[in-house]
Amino acid sequence: MRELALHLLDIVENSVSAQADTIHISVEEDHAQDRLRMVVKDNGVGMDAETAARVVDPFITSRTTRKVGLGLPLLKAAAEACQGGLSIQSEPGKGTEVCVTFQLSHIDRMPLGDLASTLLTLVVGSPEVHWIFNYRVNGNCYEFDSAPIQEVLDGLPLTDPTVLGYIREHLETGIASVHGTA
Amino acid sequence: MVDKVKTLEDLKKLREEALEKRRVKSASGQIQIVVGMGTVGIAAGARETLKAILEFIEQENLSDVIVRQTGNIGLDSFEPVVQVQIGENPKVTYGKVTAEAARRIMKDHVVNGQIVKELAIEA
Repeated sequence: MRELALHLLDIVENSVSAQADTIHISVEEDHAQDRLRMVVKDNGVGMDAETAARVVDPFITSRTTRKVGLGLPLLKAAAEACQGGLSIQSEPGKGTEVCVTFQLSHIDRMPLGDLASTLLTLVVGSPEVHWIFNYRVNGNCYEFDSAPIQEVLDGLPLTDPTVLGYIREHLETGIASVHGTA
Repeated sequence: MVDKVKTLEDLKKLREEALEKRRVKSASGQIQIVVGMGTVGIAAGARETLKAILEFIEQENLSDVIVRQTGNIGLDSFEPVVQVQIGENPKVTYGKVTAEAARRIMKDHVVNGQIVKELAIEA
């Protein structure tokens, strides 16, 4: 994967699979600290400490269709190659928080990529989840919260073409407005 | 520039418009599309596949389509994988669905009811 936004999509899928009904995603670029930080926090089934410690091992997965899980180990390796790292905090029955950091200016750091498409995929593709997304660049912030939108829609599906256009534009405009402030 | 972001008031108006259109439209049976969004699917381009499907829905103004993402479907060598079900018809599974292939499936299968045989996987 050549975009951080694709890795983000991949690790958030873990939260969806863990039956989370609320998922917080935050992406932060801090130029003063030269850090890029992505945090995914869910209230899914969680893991015990031993599993959480081993989950970044490429030979551990909770999936049964295939024996090798590569999503988290790949991202961890990419972060560590850029003076960053990946940490997981989890508790059974409470949820999981994954935090990954990169040196923002590192020559090997992947581009952030198409964040709006990643978010649109999640929000439309898993509408039963309450999505809270924060994108922050040097203190300027864009926030997307799916709850007030679902409340207004009152049962109208997110894939209605008019609604789809609204959400897509909301995400694209919001992310671009913050991105430009770097 | 954040004030360019659409407001919930905008959405309320859009909802009324959408409901009006839905009343006029005949019920041709709901269409369900599922895109596999596991690690392998994402690496193979599933996000772009899903995006192409959503763009098609927006452009062609299709109001009876539900699009979902799911984890690994278990067909790694065929990713990205897309499943289409129209009303009570059997589900059709498509493999190696690039954005371009997705547009073709939307046009031929979802709009015109013709299964795209060369992209379908025997399941």
